[in-house]
Amino acid sequence: MEAEHAYPGQRPRQVYLFGTCLVDLFFPEAGVDTVSLLEREGVKVIYPKDQTCCGQPAYNSGYHDEARIVARQQVRLFPGDAPVVVPSGSCASMMKHHYLDLFRGEPDFADVEALSRRVYELTEFLVRVLNVRLNDLGAPEKVAIHTACHARREMGVAGDADALVDQLANVERVGFTRQTECCGFGGTFAVKHGPISAAMVSEKVDCIEAAAPDRLVGGDCGCLMNIGGHMRHRGSPVKVQHIASLLWERTDG
Amino acid sequence: MDKPTRQFHVRIQEALNDPQIRANFRRAMDGLMTKRANMFPDPVELERLRDLGAAVRRNALAQLPELLERLEAKCAENGITVHWAESVDEANRIVLDICRRHSAKSVIKGKSMVSEEMELNHYLGEFGIEALEADLGEYIVQLAGQLPSHIVMPAIHMNTRQIAELFAEKLEGVGYIEDAEELTKVAREILRHKFFDADVGVSGVNFAVAETGSLVLIENEGNGRLTTTAPPVHVAVTGIEKVVENLEDVTPLLSLLPRSATGQNVTTYVNMISGPRRDGERDGPQEVHLLLLDNGRTRIHADPELRQTLQCIRCSACMNHCPVYARIGGHAYGTVYPGPIGEILMPQILGCEEVGALPGASSLCGACGEVCPVRIPIPKMLVRLRKEAVDNTGASPVKGGGAQRSFGEAATWKGWEKVHASPALYRLATRTATAMGGLPALGPLKTWASVREVPKPAAKTLHQRLEERGNSR
Repeated sequence: MEAEHAYPGQRPRQVYLFGTCLVDLFFPEAGVDTVSLLEREGVKVIYPKDQTCCGQPAYNSGYHDEARIVARQQVRLFPGDAPVVVPSGSCASMMKHHYLDLFRGEPDFADVEALSRRVYELTEFLVRVLNVRLNDLGAPEKVAIHTACHARREMGVAGDADALVDQLANVERVGFTRQTECCGFGGTFAVKHGPISAAMVSEKVDCIEAAAPDRLVGGDCGCLMNIGGHMRHRGSPVKVQHIASLLWERTDG
Repeated sequence: MDKPTRQFHVRIQEALNDPQIRANFRRAMDGLMTKRANMFPDPVELERLRDLGAAVRRNALAQLPELLERLEAKCAENGITVHWAESVDEANRIVLDICRRHSAKSVIKGKSMVSEEMELNHYLGEFGIEALEADLGEYIVQLAGQLPSHIVMPAIHMNTRQIAELFAEKLEGVGYIEDAEELTKVAREILRHKFFDADVGVSGVNFAVAETGSLVLIENEGNGRLTTTAPPVHVAVTGIEKVVENLEDVTPLLSLLPRSATGQNVTTYVNMISGPRRDGERDGPQEVHLLLLDNGRTRIHADPELRQTLQCIRCSACMNHCPVYARIGGHAYGTVYPGPIGEILMPQILGCEEVGALPGASSLCGACGEVCPVRIPIPKMLVRLRKEAVDNTGASPVKGGGAQRSFGEAATWKGWEKVHASPALYRLATRTATAMGGLPALGPLKTWASVREVPKPAAKTLHQRLEERGNSR
């Protein structure tokens, strides 16, 4: 799974954005802030308007034919060489890794393989391809990061979110107990095994609150919907946001 | 939802509601994770070792039939009698026959998960033969009339107080002693006599070496050594997948197993069993038998992806690191092997009709795959088995493939596909949701809403906002 990531030697002039279905409907701000961050680096962002969902929900539920039909709809939207930036470690990993399994033996496997090589998770792209330098303009605050399991274990980019937050001079990055443990989202797992998921998210929030951050950020809106949803349910004071929003908000002069 | 799945959910809820279970597992798993991490301070060295371990296991499975034949021949040269059992029933009958030939009344057992798979104790009991567990954890769960909740630490679900209560209740002349060391002493004194009184010793096997015909058995309490040496007859039971090619293959596995399992550099005892007592030797059993159980393994082996299930060396790292296992414990799974490895192994052994819902009890967080010492891609296989459980081709290689498919769920995913494969339909759906400003908390959303705020669709979708911004194409 920890596939080698090849990074373009030159700074790309344009990229595609795969926004993800969760960002599209529930967290468009994260998508817009992603575009702002990329454009500030002089990168043109193209958003193919026919994109829907990477197919992961059906894939993880075992409905692979249905997942493949939806995935195929996405694959053809990103022709050429431009990198595809995804503000989600989980959806990025679906397109980078799991598409290869899903399309093995299919007539369009070569197209899928070519696409998978160009897929990057947002923080990974900002750090390793664009080598961004952030100028923090915000007030002092404490920020905790929840890295999604697929960003950590499948994309191997957990360090990139940390590195970006560490560039913010007035931000203190705080760790918390069992930080690498799953928040209990897991897509359909959260509804199929609601009670287990509930136990996981409530313990996750206990650990986060004990570290008393002002804000919790992450790169995956699934986890954030889960953690943030539970925080608001229990009246937690911690603000929950996509990392793109934190970065843009604090550096936008 | 079918009956086994419903019962699975009931057991999960019971475990989640039991504060003792929650506390015992959380504490134990936190400890085991720390111990393992301390054993592998150098990530480069760890990955190198995992590569070696995986290569050894893959190599063995790639030539499984040949290696098993070599193992049988070598064992025979060493004086070990090899038996083959296709099913659990057959395996139990073989052990019973050996016991009967020796008019055995009592059997002492070292820890063996395959014997749990066989339900050997229960089987022998029906024929008036007492099988007593000699591993402390196994002894405790046997005394409590329970099954192991963990493959390496069978009584991990109990704390000292619970064990003290159990001993006081079940053991004659033993009072309430809430002290782990004292309790161990009590058990040791009882067991010590049993080793010498037993007619047959039954043990498991960690690795069976084809090259030398020797059986490697690791343990910490000495019960394995006594079980395999004190009684006149030793029966080792194991699955056919436990074979490795060469003696040197054992080295990386021995380095990985205890460190991944209990965070020990090496176990207290490493037994290399290479046959019965020879002429002039003063101790050891007069007969050694090796029972090789299939129980669905040949079928698993036939599929190149599913075959990876058989790489497992039963270290338990996957369950120790599983956030689901840490919360529901081993018994909730209702199977001999719990946790992530159980979720991929049990449906293949028992069939998707019985336990096809097991692979669903995972958030696919990947912690199991990350720590597996022999690189079994457990998360990938969980997804594969979810697919097999709802397969509708009628050609699933997995026993009971397709048994979990329901009309409702299949129709839901079909509907999902129609919406998401059509940009126009998708835009219509998201804009409708946006216009409605939210969804009623029904069905799956109700579960979600019980502990979380229901997310509200944004006033404008990202599609709309980037259209306005001029990024859309």
